Amino acid sequence: MKNLTLPGFYENLAIICEYVRQAAEQAGLSEKAAYEVETAVDEAFANIIDHAYGGEGKGDIECSCVIDEKGLTIQMRDHGREFNPSRIKAPNIKAPLSKRKDRGLGLYLMRQWMDVVNFEFSQTQGNVLTMVKYRESKN
Amino acid sequence: MEITTTQYKHCDLVQVAGRVDSATAPGFSEALGKITGEARYRIVLDLSRLEFISSAGLRVLINTQKECKRYNRGELVLACVPTNIHSALDLSGFIELFKLFPDVLTGVGHF
Repeated sequence: MKNLTLPGFYENLAIICEYVRQAAEQAGLSEKAAYEVETAVDEAFANIIDHAYGGEGKGDIECSCVIDEKGLTIQMRDHGREFNPSRIKAPNIKAPLSKRKDRGLGLYLMRQWMDVVNFEFSQTQGNVLTMVKYRESKN
Repeated sequence: MEITTTQYKHCDLVQVAGRVDSATAPGFSEALGKITGEARYRIVLDLSRLEFISSAGLRVLINTQKECKRYNRGELVLACVPTNIHSALDLSGFIELFKLFPDVLTGVGHF
C-alpha cells in the first residue's frame, strides 16, 4: 500500500482510520482485529499530536502499512519531540469510579490490542512507532 | 458524529452515531454536559449506531458518570452496545462502572 502523510490535526483521524481499515482488510484480518488495529492507530495518531507535537497543526504524521504472511505491520513517523512511553502511567482499570483517572488509556489499548508496539527515536528519523497485528493474533 | 437528545420525564436519552475520537469527543462532552448542566443526572446513552470510540470518548463517559453519580443523584447507563465497543469498554475496565441494557426501552425503564 502507498504511504499516507497527513498534517497532525484531529480531523484527520477519520482518514487515517479508513486507510488502516483498508489495509487490515487486504491483510485478511477479521473484522474484530481490524477494529483493534483502527483503535491502535487512532490512539497513536492522537498521541503524536498531543505529546510529540504538543498540539494540532505543528507537523505531519506519516503512516505506512506492510502486509506479509504474518500479518499487518504499521509504521508511524513524526518529527516532534521524543516520545517516551515509560512516562505514561498505566491506568488502574480495577479502581472504583471515584479513583479512576481519565488518562493513559490510549497507550494501554494500543499495547493490549497489538502484538508488537515499539517506539524508537533518533535525531534524523524522529519518532518511529512500529505496530504489528498477526493474523493469528494473541487476542 | 451525530448526536440527538430526547428529554423524558424521568431521564434523558442521548443517541450517538458515527465516530467518537479526539476530533468529535469535545462535541460529545458538550452534549452530555448540557444535560448535567441543567441538573439532570439520569441519562440513557444509546450506542446502537456508534461505529468507533477512542480513549478520548471513553474519557467523556467516565467523567460524565462521575458527574452523574456524585451525591447519588443519578447515573449514566448504556444501551445497545455494539460488540467492538463492548470489547473496548471491557478492556478498559468500564463494564463494572456502567449498567448495560440490551435495548433503549429497558434502559429508560430503569429510571
